[in-house]
Amino acid sequence: MGIAKLEDAKSSQSLPITKPESRLYMSFIHVAFISLLIGGLMGLLQTLVRSGKFELPWGIDYYQILTVHGVILGLVLTTYFIIGFHFALMGKTVGISEKQRKVTWLAFWVMVVGTIMTATTILLGEASVLYTFYAPLRAHPAFYIGLALVIIGSWVAGFVNWRQLYVWKKQNPGVKSPLAAFMVTINTLLWFIASLGVAAAVLIQFIPWSLGYAETINVLVSRTLFWYFGHPLVYFWLLPAYMAWYLVIPKIIGGKIFSDSLARMSFVLFLFFSIPVGFHHQLTEPGVDPTWKFIQVVLTFMVVIPSLMTAFSLFATFEITGRKKGYGGLFGWFKHLPWKDVRFLAPFIGMLAFIPGGAGGIINASHQMNAVVHNTIWVTGHFHLTVATTVILTFFGITYWLVPHLTGRKLTPQLNKLGIVQAIIWTVGMTIMSGAMHIVGLFGAPRRSSYSEYGGTEQASEWIGYQLAQAVGGTILFIGILLMIYIFVKLTFFAPKGEEEFPIAEEEEDAEPTPAFFENWKLWIAITIALILFAYTIPFVDIIQNSPPGSKPFDFPIGR
Amino acid sequence: MHRHEKIWLTLSTAMIVGFFLIAGYQTFALEMGPPSHSETIDPQKVDEIEPFDEPGVYEVGENKYEVVMTLQIFSFTPNEIEIPAGSEVTFTMTSKDVTHGFQIAGTNVNAMVMPGYISKITQTFNEPGEYLVLCNEYCGAGHQMMSTTITVK
Ligand code: HEM
Ligand SMILES: [Cu+2]
Ligand SMILES: [Cu+2]
Repeated sequence: MGIAKLEDAKSSQSLPITKPESRLYMSFIHVAFISLLIGGLMGLLQTLVRSGKFELPWGIDYYQILTVHGVILGLVLTTYFIIGFHFALMGKTVGISEKQRKVTWLAFWVMVVGTIMTATTILLGEASVLYTFYAPLRAHPAFYIGLALVIIGSWVAGFVNWRQLYVWKKQNPGVKSPLAAFMVTINTLLWFIASLGVAAAVLIQFIPWSLGYAETINVLVSRTLFWYFGHPLVYFWLLPAYMAWYLVIPKIIGGKIFSDSLARMSFVLFLFFSIPVGFHHQLTEPGVDPTWKFIQVVLTFMVVIPSLMTAFSLFATFEITGRKKGYGGLFGWFKHLPWKDVRFLAPFIGMLAFIPGGAGGIINASHQMNAVVHNTIWVTGHFHLTVATTVILTFFGITYWLVPHLTGRKLTPQLNKLGIVQAIIWTVGMTIMSGAMHIVGLFGAPRRSSYSEYGGTEQASEWIGYQLAQAVGGTILFIGILLMIYIFVKLTFFAPKGEEEFPIAEEEEDAEPTPAFFENWKLWIAITIALILFAYTIPFVDIIQNSPPGSKPFDFPIGR
Repeated sequence: MHRHEKIWLTLSTAMIVGFFLIAGYQTFALEMGPPSHSETIDPQKVDEIEPFDEPGVYEVGENKYEVVMTLQIFSFTPNEIEIPAGSEVTFTMTSKDVTHGFQIAGTNVNAMVMPGYISKITQTFNEPGEYLVLCNEYCGAGHQMMSTTITVK
């Protein structure tokens, strides 16, 4: 007898999604697409301002629109889309009860109230602190309270997901949890453990300080708590894309899941290694012990392994599927992938973008190499490849089937074609914008900077051509956003009625059974916490013990 | 596990291990690690505390200089620094208000300058010319204007 194995649960892989469920899931996705439009417009304006050929009207401040862009795309769009997608996967595989649905509505409205509070303060010019809100710049208290509500709402949503799986497991003792539900649970766990850090910063440090109850704030502690959250945040964005790659793409290309255990293993590794690594965003900061910076850099590298595992299993799926269909030759299987199906093409481009994106990430994390790129616009180029291409194009790829599935419509051949055009526009725009950002970042051009000639120095004058290129790329991207919004509206309200498939792949018939230890959640959580305690306890205690006097708030630099 | 998968994972792991061995060697043996000074200071009293009560460029040895610098919204003190070519310069910096960044474009000098902390970073300037110094951490509405130059003669 080897390791205990789990029984399969084929029957429950595909539950029907009811009308009231659809309405709930679509509500999250609606907020995501409204955010895309607003945030995209800000992105366009940013590139235009930075080209030096355009000034914002009505005295609007560059950093105000940059705060909108970062908050609404980095925090709002992503979180809402992901929660909507998580729930759709859970509803499809383990089901949702009426009570769970009601609690999720509560979560939704808490998040919406929070979002509106935060948005209002930004629009009134009371919170131009960017989405990282570094102390001691101080925004209006409602900015922080709104953020706290968004986080709390997202927790409630995550708790419902855990409950869904728990109830299902009670009903199906000894049966392996559906892969989709397993993945959602990992991602919500990751989110919960990570956002505890930023919630602590907001609730304990920022809110009392912004209200005037605390006179000063500990700047380094607040930054450390933020980045304890900030790095896993990017994995919270990425894992839903991986879910689509592992679960959905194989079905779309007519194949099966390559290996259930490998997929679970890679998700578990992401849970382990995406949190205890926040110092790689603080490498050039004083006050953090250099040895612990290096230890976290090593842990950061570990997270490359599950990504490389994912890459392997994806291409294995492509090849096996092609060969089964009888496409011979060294690359026959590759030629015959469904290139004309946007549900495949958009995420596939996303996968390709992750090759330079991931390589760039390794550079950023590489300790001393970080000094070359830290806070330059290279970094912005990097995350527009990873989140704004890999993740977003995969989310678009999900949208093409999920939205019609939920609204009872069909992705028509014409909309499919428009989707392909959209994906190509995005690729072209992003190649130009992100490419220009990467290059000029290496020359030292900073991120988060309005247009400036920097006293007319020769170095800065060489950057302007690249900023023009960013504006060209940004304009193309914005056209892509308008097209995507059009497609979304069509799929939501106007496409012909019908039944669109919810594609979730099955395992190979003769697949190796999945070991039972994958269901040992206590073990995964314990290892995660142990790694976090290992990576953070000593340096964090050190930071607190050696803290300088705190900082008073600063309002005037942001025009308050 | 498939054989190809094993090969792939072995190669990936070897590559990653290679990366951090190189990074570790450069950091600890060659002392090329990122700036990590740990001294603190009361951010409300920077003007009264040595050496920041007298910011400026100091010659501390043969071809060795120390620049004692404060960063504040939206400027560097001292600014428009001049130093002879070939000198090794240590920048000792702190912030009088919010968090700033200190970057010399086209070099590897890149450090955060935070209220309450003293940052130190050293660079040897061999090539004569004008170097652009800029703040690379968002510090408010005039952040893009926070720049100065170092002239190496
Ligand atoms: C029309 C498409 C887009 C354009 C033209 C665009 C443009 C830009 C530019 C120029 C910046 C840097 C500004 C600066 O540092 O001064 C930026 C920052 C950023 N973008 Fe985008 N972007 C687009 C889409 C997206 C998307 C889809 C996402 C996320 C899903 C995203 C997330 C971000 C984030 C998080 C920042 C950082 C903000 C900060 O540094 O505070 N962007 N974008
Ligand atoms: Cu990171
Ligand atoms: Cu500054």
